[in-house]
Amino acid sequence: MPVQPSRPLEPKQRAIVVGASSGLGAALVSTLAQKGVLVAAVARRREQLEAVCTPFENARPYVHDVTNYEEVPALFQQIVSDLDGLDLIIYCAGIQPAVALDEYDFQKDRAMMETNVIGAMAWLNEAALRFHRAQRGHIVGISSIAGDRGRAAFPGYHTSKAALSTFLESLRNRLAKRGVTVTTIKPGFVDTVLLENAPKTFWVVSPDDAAQRIVAAIEKREQTVYVIGRWRWVMLIIRHVPSFIFRRTSI
Amino acid sequence: MQDKQYNVDELGMPQLSVALSKELKRFDGRLEDVPAWGGASSGMGWVFRPINTDQLAEVFAIAHKTDLSIGLRGGGNSYGDAAYNSNGIVLDLCRFNRVLDWNPETGVIRAEPGLTIHQLWEYTVEDGWWPPVATGTAKTTLGGCAAMNVHGKNAFKVGPIGDHILEFDLMLPSGEIITCRRNENSDIFFAAIGGFGMLGCFTSITLQMKRVYSGLLDVVALASTDLSVMFEQFRALLPTSDYLVGWVDGVASGNGLGRGQIHKANYLEKGVDPYPEQSLRVDNQNLGDTIFGIVPRSIIWQGMRLFTNNYGLRAANLGKYAVSYATSGSKIRQPHAQFHFLLDYVPNWKKSYGGGGLIQYQPFIPRDSAENAFKTILRTTQRHDLPTYLGVLKRHRPDAFLMTHGLDGFSLALDFRITQANRQRIVRMVRELDEIVLDAGGRFYPAKDSTLRPSVATAYLGADTIARFRELKQRYDPDSVLQTNLWRRVFMTP
Repeated sequence: MPVQPSRPLEPKQRAIVVGASSGLGAALVSTLAQKGVLVAAVARRREQLEAVCTPFENARPYVHDVTNYEEVPALFQQIVSDLDGLDLIIYCAGIQPAVALDEYDFQKDRAMMETNVIGAMAWLNEAALRFHRAQRGHIVGISSIAGDRGRAAFPGYHTSKAALSTFLESLRNRLAKRGVTVTTIKPGFVDTVLLENAPKTFWVVSPDDAAQRIVAAIEKREQTVYVIGRWRWVMLIIRHVPSFIFRRTSI
Repeated sequence: MQDKQYNVDELGMPQLSVALSKELKRFDGRLEDVPAWGGASSGMGWVFRPINTDQLAEVFAIAHKTDLSIGLRGGGNSYGDAAYNSNGIVLDLCRFNRVLDWNPETGVIRAEPGLTIHQLWEYTVEDGWWPPVATGTAKTTLGGCAAMNVHGKNAFKVGPIGDHILEFDLMLPSGEIITCRRNENSDIFFAAIGGFGMLGCFTSITLQMKRVYSGLLDVVALASTDLSVMFEQFRALLPTSDYLVGWVDGVASGNGLGRGQIHKANYLEKGVDPYPEQSLRVDNQNLGDTIFGIVPRSIIWQGMRLFTNNYGLRAANLGKYAVSYATSGSKIRQPHAQFHFLLDYVPNWKKSYGGGGLIQYQPFIPRDSAENAFKTILRTTQRHDLPTYLGVLKRHRPDAFLMTHGLDGFSLALDFRITQANRQRIVRMVRELDEIVLDAGGRFYPAKDSTLRPSVATAYLGADTIARFRELKQRYDPDSVLQTNLWRRVFMTP
């Protein structure tokens, strides 16, 4: 039984935000909820999550750890039933533990892959099946400019974001024919906890600003979006720097 | 939203049945987005298409096991959300469609619920029997017709289809099958017919067909210069008509408000048709593939797009009215199928309304207040600049079914085109129309509905009737297994 049975002529937008307890995810929940979207906010940390949802009548918290893959189909089903359908899913969960330049830590790399990639596959596959059948819907993954090139600083993080970007690209190529939009968001530096471990930052945007830009891009059904936009041109150059030069730089 | 806290156990983990979701994974292939016939809404569910009672019982067992609800679906011709069940099972009965028994002497047929009206008339017509009640499309199923207690253009004379159902078998959500007649399990007989699939699933329906002595009808078309004239014509013609239906031009205003055309049809008496065995042949009933001998009917809807806007509509209606005026009084002999199934005449005509689809609003209003109420309704739609694209006037009679829409009065079916931009305006307008209908003592019809609010349903049905229906549902479907979006929207919302 849905929380509010839907009315045929008064459809509400329904969205899931995974990784919603802080940072960009929390800002996305607020931005969407303010626009009247029914939002299911999914995250591990219950107290933060509740604080994010409390101001809004139309945001609903669901406590879940994205690495608990077994649970995803059941929770997805529960949410879709509560919202009486689904139009949009944003996968926003991501971690970036501190890694020293001479540190090669399997556990950290594995944790990043599990949260940033495998969790995304668990959630987005559920939505993809549904949207494929419905021939509509919108999948959004928060990847990163870090996925565009493997830098020296964070091997595991770069790998996880590159994998996520490629996964999203494949979904897009599968689902575009079915009328489903897949948007890859590539933020630069957003002022969240992830930034604590970044050595040097610039062009930093606040989570709220980033969320506004992302929601605007979603509404325009864009495919790949850099936040902020000028990163597109920077990354275009960086992607084309030959390896024999790249490995000698400190980028 | 109430109940904001998601259920979690002491460890903070959601209380989900992972086993249950694994069970559901088996049915991934069955996920379908099931549309409203009007195309303005849809709901995604797991679609099962059983072919017999064993498979039907299996689906009920799956519902119990997975804790999913079941929405029953026949031909899927309900305009709104009466035949889909989002996030639950949709039991599509189209393959459960055998004729179980047919007696060409008495005209009594017993069939499974998925049999369409098309399949039904094709089966019986050459023996000289026609469905007692025929919907505007032949794609409806017997089960759907019974669940909605549909009516035809002869509703004033023969009532809804329920008045011709002699008996039915109903599978309850427990899997038990009960037989219902007027004098056996009569409370369910009068509640399941017109109970929009909320008490059980028909597994067989026994119907008394109508004897006809020709495959043709005498049809007379008359122009009506305004709605008052149309009402007068109805009153004058009803006693001598077998069928009577009026087309109302929704854009005509002022002195021409509600102008249009009526069609009166009569059966041919025994002996009038010299070659009944010819005219009753299926081949001679069916619509051809082309009009004027050359234009394929399958492409007409594309041309109709030109007229599905307020300006094109004005032009089309004016042209249609002018032709009806010029030819008023003309008589033709028309096969039953061509007269009845107007909605099938142009395949896919609803596509001409564009991606947003259409809804229908069909109020039923008592005899004496109908004319004024319909005039007020037409004026209201014009004031909102949302004129109806198709208006159809019919006469009805009361019946004994619990959740009935029937009454001693008239109905006016109004089609509205839906677009992204006009949804909110339509909703606001319908709220006004609801008031007009309720003030006039009117009723509504779930098969056509997309907008009914719980308070309006209570007002027209009466709290006692709804309580009585709930009591039956509680008795025969205690776990509320049978649900549709319409049921949740109108009867499960405070």
